[in-house]
Amino acid sequence: MLAYAIRRLLLLVPMAAGMVIVTFALLLMVPGDPAHVLLGPEATPDMIANLRASLGLDNPWYVRLWDYFAHLLQGDMGRSIFQNAPVSQIIAGRLGATIELAVVALLLATLIGMTLGVIAAMRQGSLIDTATMLLAQLGVSMPVYWMGLLLMLGFSVQLNWLPAIGRGAPLLDAFGAALTGRPQVLADSLMHILLPALALAAYSAAVISRLVRTSMLEVLREDFIRTAYAKGLRRPRVVIRHALRNALLPVLSVIGMQFGILLGGAVLVEQIFAWPGLGQLTIGAISQRDLPLVQGITLTFALTFAIINLIVDLLYAVVDPRVRLG
Amino acid sequence: MAAEQHSDSPPVIAVSDLTVEIRSDRGSYPVVADMALAVRPGETLCIVGESGCGKSMTALSLLRLLPEAARVTRGEILIDGEDLLAMNEHRVEDLRGERIAMIFQEPLTALNPVLTIGEQIAESVRQHRKVGHRAAMQRTLETLQLVQMPDAARRARQFPHELSGGMRQRAMIALALACDPRILVADEPTTALDVTIQAQILGLIEDLQQRLGTALILITHDLGVVAEVADRVVVMYAGRRVEEASVYELFDHPIHPYTLGLMGAIPRSVPGRSAAERLTDIAGTVPPPWDLPVGCAFAPRCPGASARCFAERPPFEEKRPGHFAACWEHVHD
Ligand SMILES: Nc1ncnc2c1ncn2[C@@H]1O[C@H](COP(=O)(O)OP(=O)(O)OP(=O)(O)O)[C@@H](O)[C@H]1O
Ligand code: SF4
Ligand SMILES: [Mg+2]
Repeated sequence: MLAYAIRRLLLLVPMAAGMVIVTFALLLMVPGDPAHVLLGPEATPDMIANLRASLGLDNPWYVRLWDYFAHLLQGDMGRSIFQNAPVSQIIAGRLGATIELAVVALLLATLIGMTLGVIAAMRQGSLIDTATMLLAQLGVSMPVYWMGLLLMLGFSVQLNWLPAIGRGAPLLDAFGAALTGRPQVLADSLMHILLPALALAAYSAAVISRLVRTSMLEVLREDFIRTAYAKGLRRPRVVIRHALRNALLPVLSVIGMQFGILLGGAVLVEQIFAWPGLGQLTIGAISQRDLPLVQGITLTFALTFAIINLIVDLLYAVVDPRVRLG
Repeated sequence: MAAEQHSDSPPVIAVSDLTVEIRSDRGSYPVVADMALAVRPGETLCIVGESGCGKSMTALSLLRLLPEAARVTRGEILIDGEDLLAMNEHRVEDLRGERIAMIFQEPLTALNPVLTIGEQIAESVRQHRKVGHRAAMQRTLETLQLVQMPDAARRARQFPHELSGGMRQRAMIALALACDPRILVADEPTTALDVTIQAQILGLIEDLQQRLGTALILITHDLGVVAEVADRVVVMYAGRRVEEASVYELFDHPIHPYTLGLMGAIPRSVPGRSAAERLTDIAGTVPPPWDLPVGCAFAPRCPGASARCFAERPPFEEKRPGHFAACWEHVHD
């Protein structure tokens, strides 16, 4: 298993290189010039040319790509054109917020999705089943920003229960504060993260609930479920220990995918809820044509996604003894 | 074969008048009808018949484990005199695995793939004996040793897919015997195994049943198996009993043409052919339960069928002392 993990980690290198090249090519193709944006509409062609030269933008693409890789190997993602700071530093300041949002959303999605899926499966064909699956249909079809706005309108503007924008203290710090006798810090953090995390989780929760339902219905027909009953086990124990555990295997394998979708959705959700994470940064960086920053963010997203998937695969092998990693 | 010492104790399980119906888009039809059986401690009853005759449905109804589409619509199942069909669900759960246990045909699919053998057996022990983890593991090991699982302690920590077919079935038997049930139902316990392993497993079941005094209901396709282990035999066809007798009586004086057909089909151990295939040697096939003939269900395949056989169902009656059959053509001896 360790050898497998190391091999997978090594595979990240070519994957990251490919990712950089693809982003680079995409950025070459989109029109727009950071020098233009930086200098504003009054800039003369001379000023622009100078700036482009000092930014290294007038070099041919292969030179720029080579330069980028050369720096990357030394752990340097370049400097942001607009913020006058190292890209790595800017990203480091934001990554925590995004990961926190995505992880909380994933936990919510798994919890909600599993609960609804199990209930629907246990009551197959009932009103609860139909209602749950309608809800799931809604969750799958509703765009994430639309969901975000609806939640904000409902819980912040109308009911005034939860803050509409911003972030409290980072959750890990907030847990620490709660342990040292300041629970209101944790409450504040949780209240801030609840709406954006819910908006982000809705789609994945819907996908997971459908999958859990289907997979539960399948597992409940298996022979070993009958054996579990034949042993005299009570229904709740059969459902949870024998059925759910097996039904979760296919779910686990999509959770990695869902995390990628969550990272994508985070870009929009962070914009709506003014969540100070990478997503918000991304939109700014793209509209400003801040090429090094965009590159850096893309690379970070890709690596995060890959690492989460590796963790999920390892977890899969732990949960399913039949899986041989290799 | 069991000695006759069990003939005077009362049956631990007695089934009468049992009818199981299936509800499907074809409508509602019986797959088991007027089934009856009684087994005493230490006694072995074999139920024989071709595929689709309702053997598994009979077996599952004894633990109230019928699939959702099937329902017992009539009859009585007495376990130690207690009416299984009238019990509440908790009471049934208390009996399952403790009083009456079942061994299934395909041990690979009948065992949970993500739990170790030991966990699965210990779970049953803890369900019925209010003991701690240690005592349950202790009992698990004892049972695995009882079924002669090689290297029991190590096997207990392994998962079903890590065991061979024969070992899996041993694990399944250990699981069934973990709480010393008084009744053991084995539904074709050796069909999924290699021929050589089949004999071992069958020998093991028989040996344990004798030593523990369990009442055994063994379901099989194979009259060869019946001859080896049965005390009494029920031959089923299309959901009904067509013949019942002690094993000696049945092989000495078979009455029903279907039983004769099964016996004629015995040419034993033809290499490369399974018991199921051998049984198809009776011309024709079992009619589907939703489309049974009016009279004797066996008539379309019966060499001796008369007009009456197609019109009226023969009663199941005593033809010789202790020997019952349902056939018009056989006159009382
Ligand atoms: N879940 C189910 N839904 C509908 N019909 C079923 C179901 N299970 C079994 N049947 C039908 O019930 C009848 C009796 O089946 P049963 O499984 O008892 O046969 P069997 O004698 O055990 O055969 P085999 O030797 O193949 O195991 C068959 O006609 C079968 O098609
Ligand atoms: S009743 Fe008639 S058809 Fe049925 S088994 Fe006897 S002889 Fe054959
Ligand atoms: Mg069967």
